[in-house]
Parts: sequence; C-alpha cells; structure tokens
Amino acid sequence: MSSGAAKIAVKVTDVVEVNELVKRFKFERTDGGLMPTFSGGAHTVVSMDDHGTPRLNPYSLMSSPLDRSAYTISVRRDDEGRGGSLFMHNHVKKGMDMTISNPVNLFSLDLRARKHLMIAGGIGITPFLSQIAQLDSMNGNFELHYAVRTKSLGSYVDELTAQHPNDVNVYYDDKKEAIDLENLLDGQPLGTHLYVCGPKGMIDWVRKSAQEAGWPRETVHYEEFLAPEPGKPFEVKLAVSNKVIQVGETQSLLEAIEAAGVDAPYLCRGGACGMCETEVIGYDGKFIHNDHWLEESEHNNGKKIMPCVSRFEGKTLVLDR
Amino acid sequence: MAKTEFEPSIRSRPVYGELEAKNGKAHLFIADADGAGAILDMAKSAPKDFFDKAHIIYIPKDSGDKYTDQLKALGAKQFYAGPSYEASVTRIQRVLADASNGLQIYLSGTEGLMGQAMREATNVGYPYSAIQTEHRGSKARRMQCVHCKGVTEDVITDPFECSHCGLNLFVRDHYSRRLAAFQGVCVDAEDPGNVPDKVEIT
Amino acid sequence: MNIQFKDETFRDDYTFKNSDEAIKRFPFPFDKDSYMYAVNMEPHTPVREGSVYYNSFDVDEHYVSEMRDRAMVLDDDPLRCQSLPHMELAGWDLLELIMVEKAKDYPDLFELHRDGDNWHWINKPLGIDDKFTFMDATTLPYGPMEYITRQTQGDFCVLDQRDDNLWMDAGMVTTQADWSLDFDIGMNFFEWHAPVPLAHEKGIFVRALKFLLNIQQGAPARRLNWTMTVNPLLDTSPENYHKWGIQKTTLTPENIGNKQHLRVELQTFFRLPRSNALVFPIRCYLIKLEELVTYPKWARRFHRVIRDLPVELATYKGFIDNRPMIIDYLSQFDDGAETSPGVWPED
Repeated sequence: MSSGAAKIAVKVTDVVEVNELVKRFKFERTDGGLMPTFSGGAHTVVSMDDHGTPRLNPYSLMSSPLDRSAYTISVRRDDEGRGGSLFMHNHVKKGMDMTISNPVNLFSLDLRARKHLMIAGGIGITPFLSQIAQLDSMNGNFELHYAVRTKSLGSYVDELTAQHPNDVNVYYDDKKEAIDLENLLDGQPLGTHLYVCGPKGMIDWVRKSAQEAGWPRETVHYEEFLAPEPGKPFEVKLAVSNKVIQVGETQSLLEAIEAAGVDAPYLCRGGACGMCETEVIGYDGKFIHNDHWLEESEHNNGKKIMPCVSRFEGKTLVLDR
Repeated sequence: MAKTEFEPSIRSRPVYGELEAKNGKAHLFIADADGAGAILDMAKSAPKDFFDKAHIIYIPKDSGDKYTDQLKALGAKQFYAGPSYEASVTRIQRVLADASNGLQIYLSGTEGLMGQAMREATNVGYPYSAIQTEHRGSKARRMQCVHCKGVTEDVITDPFECSHCGLNLFVRDHYSRRLAAFQGVCVDAEDPGNVPDKVEIT
Repeated sequence: MNIQFKDETFRDDYTFKNSDEAIKRFPFPFDKDSYMYAVNMEPHTPVREGSVYYNSFDVDEHYVSEMRDRAMVLDDDPLRCQSLPHMELAGWDLLELIMVEKAKDYPDLFELHRDGDNWHWINKPLGIDDKFTFMDATTLPYGPMEYITRQTQGDFCVLDQRDDNLWMDAGMVTTQADWSLDFDIGMNFFEWHAPVPLAHEKGIFVRALKFLLNIQQGAPARRLNWTMTVNPLLDTSPENYHKWGIQKTTLTPENIGNKQHLRVELQTFFRLPRSNALVFPIRCYLIKLEELVTYPKWARRFHRVIRDLPVELATYKGFIDNRPMIIDYLSQFDDGAETSPGVWPED
C-alpha cells in the first residue's frame, strides 16, 4: 500500500488572483468525473514537481462540500518559505495537469455543537469557507470573527459579508480594529464550540484566552499546518531499509526518506495527523521537534520523531524505517 | 470521611478525582450526603472570593444537618438544600440552561448522584471529561437491568434482584454515562435457580 | 452472479444451514494453528472473486432471511437501532455508500437512479422500490441509517470522530456477540471495548484506534473476529440472554456437530465523507461444526486453536463450559498432519 491518501488526477481549470498575496486555484478531474464528497474543514495535499524537487503541501478545501464538480483552494504567497507557495503562484497555470490527494479532515466541525464560534486570521479563513457552506445547508448556528491586515488583503470578505451579514464580523489591522476576545468568550451558551485557524500567535492567544475563561479543552478546536522549517543538513541511518541518507537544508526529513526511495507513511505533512510517527532506534545529538502530535514527554525522551516537520542536529540518528 | 478509594477496574468504569478550584466565570456544585466533605475540603485551598460566583446544590440524604451550616458558611452566591435528587433535578436543568461557557462543574458524593448530574450537564453540551468529580460516602450503585431496562437505585449487594422484573442480576463494572448506571445481567441464565450468595459491593 | 436466496430461520426451529457453496466461501478466520488477539487490519480491497472479501458489502444466500429476522428483532425491541441527534448526516453518508456500492456490485439485484437529490432505489430481493429526496428524512419510512441497514446484512456501528477518539453514537445492532447498543451508545472506543480481557494490556486497542482514526475516504479496511454460538442464533443479545443462555447447556456429543456454530465477524471500516464519521459494519457469518469439518485443513486447525486457547478468552467468548465437548468432537478430525498457511480451505 503506498503512503498518503489516495490520489486524484486533476486539471487546473481556473486561476484567480484574489489579491496581491493570494491566488485561488480550481481543480477538476481529468477523467471528467465527480470529486469525492468531503466535510467542511478538510484539506487536500497538492503534489508539485518544482523543477525536479517534489513538493507535497496541504491546503484547506474552501469550496462547498455540496459541490462535487470541482475543488478550490487558496494559496498565500510566502516569499520566505521553501517554495511550495511560490511554485503555485508562479508556475501553476490554467490547463495544467496536477495530482491532489483525496480529502482528509483534521479540523472537522463538532456536529453536536449548539453554536459554532469561528475565529480566523488571514489565509486561515479557508477551512471556514467550506464549514460555513456545510452549516448553511444544515441550518447550523455559527458566528465568524475574521481578522485581516487591510481591506485589499481581506480575502473573501465581500462574499462573506454579503451572504451572512449578521454572522460575519471583520476586523482590519490597519484601522486598529481587533477581536475583543475576552468579551466574545463571555456569555456564549453551554455547548458552544470554538474554532480557530490563522497565524500561530493567534491560535496560541485564542487557546490561552479560552482556557483562562474556563472553556473546556474539548470545546476548543484549532488547525495549523506547519511548513517544515529549514535547518542545518544532517545524516540519518534508516535501519529497516539499511540506507544512510542526507537531509538537505531546505528538505524535510520525510522528503529525504522519500527521495531515497523508502516508502514512509504520511497524511497531512504538517505535524498534525500523527501518521508519519517514527521510532528512534538510537541517537547522539538533539532533536528539533516542531510537531503538534507528540506529547511533551515524548519530545523529551528521544524515542519518537515526526519526520514531516521535525529535524535533528548532532552526530548520529538511527530510525526504524 | 476522606475520598473513596476503588480497586482498579475496566476502562468503562468511571474514575473519580479530587475537587480542585479552577478558573471559571461561575461555579456549580452538586453534592449529596458525604459529598459535602469534598466541597469543604476543596474550599480550604480555594482563592478568596471564589464562592462569590458559586451555586451549591446539596442533597443531604441520611447525613441530615451534619454539613448544612458549614456549607452555608462558605458564602456561596446561591445555596439550595433539596430533599432528593428527583426533587432537585428541575432546578439543575434550569441552572444549566442559563449557564454559559466558562462555567465549572463540581460533583461529589455517591456515584448515582454524580452520574445523573453529569448526564444533565452533557445533555446541554458540557463535555463530561471537563467535569470534576470526587467520590464520598456509600458505594451503592445505580444499576440498569439489561433485560427489562429498569433502573434499581442504591444497590449494595452482588447479585441483586431487579426491582422491576425480579431477575437475579450480577453487578458489572461496565458503566453507561448516558444511562448514568452500571449494567446488571442475569446471573443464573445458564443454570436457572442457581443464584450465588449475595456479597456486599466494595 | 446468481444467488439462490434461502427461506430459513435463526430462532425457534433453527432451519438455517449453509449450502456447499456457502461453506466453501465461509470466512475462516485462522491463518495458523493458534490464536491470539492482534490488530490484524488489512485494506478492504477485493480478494478472490466469489469470496466474502470481494465486494464492499457481501450479499449471500441468507440475505432475505436475515433481513426478516432483523425486522422481527426490531419489532420486539426498537432500541436495537438508535442514532444520537448529531449522527443523521452520517446516516445519509452510510445510505449513499451502501446504495452506490450495492448497485455497482450487484446490478441484477439493486438499482440506484439519481437525478440531483431525487433518488430512486430498487431492491429486488426484498421487493422494495422507493423514490425519495436525498437528505430529507421525511421522504423515507425510517431515518436514513435505519432504512438502509434494514436492507443490509450485518450490524452497523456509526462512530463519530472527535477528541482523537471514536464514539459509538449510532448503530443498528441485532446480530451481536452479546453486547448492547442501548447500553454502549455514546461510549468511546476504549469504553465499549472495556469488557474484553487481555487486549487492553497488550496495547491492542491503542494501536487499533490510531489506525482507525487515520482511515481515509476511499480506502476502507477490514479484519476478522470470532466467537462460538450454540444454535444458529443471530440475535445473541444481552437483552435476551436470560432467554437464550440456557441453550448453551443443550449440547450433547450427538447433536454438537449440528448445534455448535463458529461465529465469524467480518468487520470493515469506511470513512464517511460528509460527516467525517467512520462506519464499522460487523457482518456475522455462522457455520456448523459439521459443515466446517468438511474441509480437513479447517477441521485440523480449528481443533488446535480451540484446544490451546487461553482460558480467559474461552471464558470471554462464552464457551468455557462446552470447550471439552467441542475438543472431543473436533479431535476425531485431527490426524496431526501439518496444515498449510493461510485461511483458504483448499490451498
């Protein structure tokens, strides 16, 4: 069985510049069939061939789960990143053939909720777009608070406010507007679930505020895809396949394992799903854990690593792979 | 009386902790009988003014007036002593209907009381795992007969007779939060009439 | 494919039996001469045409009679089918999955015609021809999960996924190995498995849960489980244990070949797309000992498995008292010869 969710061959049928930082891409099946149904909050992993360097990046599906004719994603250009978003922005054109994965959901709605309170920052709006479409079809009760830098960078603000004038609240940084979180968290009925997607600082702030206000942990949901951090190159021995590999400066450990022809399990490639968890057989050095999956104790005991986002510095690292 | 210690059991059997003051916009306590002791012990280390935002619902059962004055002295914003759980349940439902996220829930006393109060809270969307519990007092169990579905309260022996259909049931540790009850299963189905001697539940 | 549906009973006079063809395709669960719990998951992809592993939802000669038995169980006790309110979407997911798969795999038996949300479902073996609006429960005689699982063999547990756990929040359970949906509904993965001995200590459930949480759309998985049942009784429920438990004491050396059944569950797992829930169908197959021993490999191996099974497991599976008699019966078919690896009877 090969790794990752099943793949879908697609054609890029539309590329739209949403604003100076964000482009929207539309994918339809090459064979003309319907896309798989999905649930609000799901993502797809887009495979890119960046001039010989394979890249696999997760992007939230923003189209309506009810629409199976196509999937759409929005990609924010990251000039400092490893190149996945730049490739999407600079090289992906209408008419191109690409491969994406079946949808995977690590940020699904809790359908028991009496109310869904959503907090988005910047490009973190995308999973909420599909969730809102789903809730719309079920008469779900939601309220969105969406912080953007400026009016021109406010992706989908116009559509959201036009369709949901009473449930969408937008905050502009350049006008010194900010979400009044303390008040917002006060007085929400029992059974309200809180969802946050956006920059790391925002996620941390919302989670911490909710905890201080006494919100049960089980009612707070967040999604943050981590891009693998670049770092110093390092060497790894793969014990099962009996190979020694080099992990490059801008390459993730998972990518290096794959480049060596070793099939390693993965799903989200962003430190969230736990699928790529790998046993450490031996090491001399220190781990740079960047994932959301392992417990703190596991980050400290040197027995496991998530190769999609975590790295290593030191003399030797031997993995059970 | 200190908190009750139980033997380790299967994963569906509830595990009880020790009440501890937490951050919250409001605090709801529901206790019966010796469960009052858990609130009083917790109060010793609670922050100042903690009980200004508290509501205590207490069902003394056979402990009578033993704890009532001490509980009142905590200075909770609301204090209510009820004659039985059944008499108190509509009040509990009303309090939960009005509550908002940020409420902390503390349950103490017998398993039957904690289980039923927990069910009211989860019915309005409060996660059960966020509810604090502490067992005090009687180890009597609320048992559901898996055959007739009737619930027998305050079961103290194993086996016991279902108060509804009369079958002899053995006491399992398998517990349903939704029913707030343990499971009772016919003990002599394969050898009718051969009912083991009753032993007290520990 | 031409299935001859049988008219038979799973209660009272117990006329159930397997045809030669059904014996040959029985999902014998032991690939070696001993048994211990294992996660033993594999992708639910077609294996050997004609086997029970070939289609997403296997339909066999017992279909019509099993559905009749289910309807009788539900008439007696409607609590065998329950769905917590947030699970209706998952019910529609399940209805769609089963209708699409059955219409594809058994076009001579089932048809599904879709025009937007206007659906037309034809189930020829059960004589059902219904037009309804997808996602509008008022257009069906039952809720979506109940409607489709009254027409599909096997029990169904529909599991909500949240907080890194699976929650038994809906189900249709009438052919169960002695567990109660009414009692277990709302429990998480560890809780509803709590009564199972040994497996928790071995970390089986932690690993199984991790696997299940990552089951992806379009990539279902399967495993087998088994127990023993006296008489071909599908509904071995705790609810009725005070009625059927006594049947376990009716075995004699003369009737054991006919009365004692190996009960195998083909458990499959599918991700449901709209709800992100997981459906866990548990399909029960029964075989009489006298049917099973018609294949020498199975007879030898089954004797060794039962003989060497740890006491805890024989107790949990409910046949500890009858084990000596079962071993006596099976031993006459075990000449001590080696058995070939794998589950297939003639390999």
